[in-house]
Amino acid sequence: MFTVDRTNVDQLFRLLQQKGYTLIGPTVRDGALILDAISSASDLPVGWTDDQGPAHYRLRRRDDASLFGYSVGAHSWKRYLFPPAVKLVDARRQGRSMDCTSPSPDSASQGTPLKKYAFIGVKPCELNAILIQDKVFLGSGTVDPFYKAARERLFIVAANCTQASGTCFCASMDAGPRAQRGFDLAITEVAGKQHYFVIDAGSKKGTEILLELPHRKSSQQELDEAARRVQKATDQMGRQLDTAGVRDLLLKNPEHPRWEEVSQRCLNCANCTLVCPTCFCSSVEDTTDLAGKTAERWRRWDSCFTLDFSYIHGGCIRSSGKSRFRQWMTHKLASWNDQFGSSGCVGCGRCITWCPVGIDITEEVRAIRGTKRQEQLMHS
Amino acid sequence: MKRTPTLAVWKFASCDGCQLSLLDCEAELLAVTERLTIANFVEASREVLKGPYDLSLVEGSITTAHDAERIHKIRRISKTLITIGACATAGGIQALRNFKDVKEFVSIVYSTPAYIETLSKSTPIANHVYVDFELHGCPINKNQLLEVVNAYLNGRKPNIPAYSVCVECKRRGIVCGLVAAGPPCLGPVTHAGCDALCPSYHRGCFGCYGPKETPNTGSLTSWWKQSGMKDDELLRLFRNFNAYADAFRKESESHEK
Repeated sequence: MFTVDRTNVDQLFRLLQQKGYTLIGPTVRDGALILDAISSASDLPVGWTDDQGPAHYRLRRRDDASLFGYSVGAHSWKRYLFPPAVKLVDARRQGRSMDCTSPSPDSASQGTPLKKYAFIGVKPCELNAILIQDKVFLGSGTVDPFYKAARERLFIVAANCTQASGTCFCASMDAGPRAQRGFDLAITEVAGKQHYFVIDAGSKKGTEILLELPHRKSSQQELDEAARRVQKATDQMGRQLDTAGVRDLLLKNPEHPRWEEVSQRCLNCANCTLVCPTCFCSSVEDTTDLAGKTAERWRRWDSCFTLDFSYIHGGCIRSSGKSRFRQWMTHKLASWNDQFGSSGCVGCGRCITWCPVGIDITEEVRAIRGTKRQEQLMHS
Repeated sequence: MKRTPTLAVWKFASCDGCQLSLLDCEAELLAVTERLTIANFVEASREVLKGPYDLSLVEGSITTAHDAERIHKIRRISKTLITIGACATAGGIQALRNFKDVKEFVSIVYSTPAYIETLSKSTPIANHVYVDFELHGCPINKNQLLEVVNAYLNGRKPNIPAYSVCVECKRRGIVCGLVAAGPPCLGPVTHAGCDALCPSYHRGCFGCYGPKETPNTGSLTSWWKQSGMKDDELLRLFRNFNAYADAFRKESESHEK
């Protein structure tokens, strides 16, 4: 473990830029934290934190100048690795047949040219979400070429959580608040009279960058302080999800009355799936030019909450709101295990925060388990 | 050479905005005219070719006895009939009259009410004749109109998804105002199609594209009621361009005193 002072953070960013990385990090926009291109530490949400609850998100000032003193924002990192729209095929009519070409992941014809990204400040829950999407897009037999190309050139600076929000439950999902693996650099911020970062390198690329930065071996006191701050985030988790036997619980209760109850509240608007950092559903859409000479095939983000998503010849399989909500939650917490060997949930809490009517996945599990709702744990 | 299909554009009670979307296509309009013969489109050309027509686009709602007959004649001479816009698909803003007695409006608005012959309700075209496809919006989105015409020409299903505006917001990365202290937004119950135009300017969705598939308006308004919104505010949110679309009509009526 090494310590880097706050004054050298911009040096870290410059080093990454010199190596050809486009920096993506959280920044303040429209009353929330979103992800966008950043160029220096001042673009980060300096001194900001967030209050989150069901259907509730507000930014709030901190009493320090933390760079990473908040939980997860409105965007998940998946929009850079699994973009909302990707062109898959160009087709051209040639007499009675047609020529098809697949744009290469590196080409600019995808809409945006593929960049070499450095993700700055990836929270541990989100890092775990990326590792889960790795299994989906790279490890399940079929490799997604766009994801692979973006992923291979990615540099990840994880930021261990020192601030959890009211909808966080990564500790329940064993997905945080400390990053365990999958990062190039993992930092723990200590903002106070002294402002420094305790940094761990998780890869050769990460070590190389760290060695080029002004750094020192962390003192025991610095390590203790960093550990204390991460522990604080654990204590702050606003939600809990009891994962014991949850797979069987959900798969064995497809007719539990709670599904009907929650479907009365569910808007089937798809927000939960689109903000989820692991949800990977997409639809494939073919378009033509007016003359019918050329066609394109696009992949777009879709959701199991839309009717068309389960439309096959003759109709929609999941026509009731109940069946769609049940599909989402049982896939996320149960059948995902069978499919990819882990839960599909990392406890980031976005589905709770960004549901316009505040449906809470932890509460739904609790209801199906039949246990009484525990008094809401303290908010951040 | 193969005959190009003929296009007719018809107007009922409406503001012309949706027809204008076709003229707005500009560069693409030339491409359209290469594949379609514009046979009857009086807003574009005085030259009117005799029907029947292969494709009819119908704008506007039925508000008079005369129009209620005219739409049947148009249906008879149209191979494919597509309605465009909130008036044609839901009765339009003029369907606000449907909630009151139209005679009272007429007596207030017109100096000689005796000249006015109108039906008591403004109704969508599909209430009168079979409609092959409904394109929603107030006004419609020109790209969606082109997509519908394109799909027709190429014999495929149009890519006009019926899911919520939220899907468009999230793909664009717009921060949800409903959650982050923005104004009330009908996005979660509204049909996509505008590419989240208002939310991209920090405004709530006004519901211009009408109800989405399986809209759960009651849940959204219950949530708003808990946060202090009053029935009259909720009623007004749903009394808009698509006030007479089934889901929005029922929702607004449930907030009537």
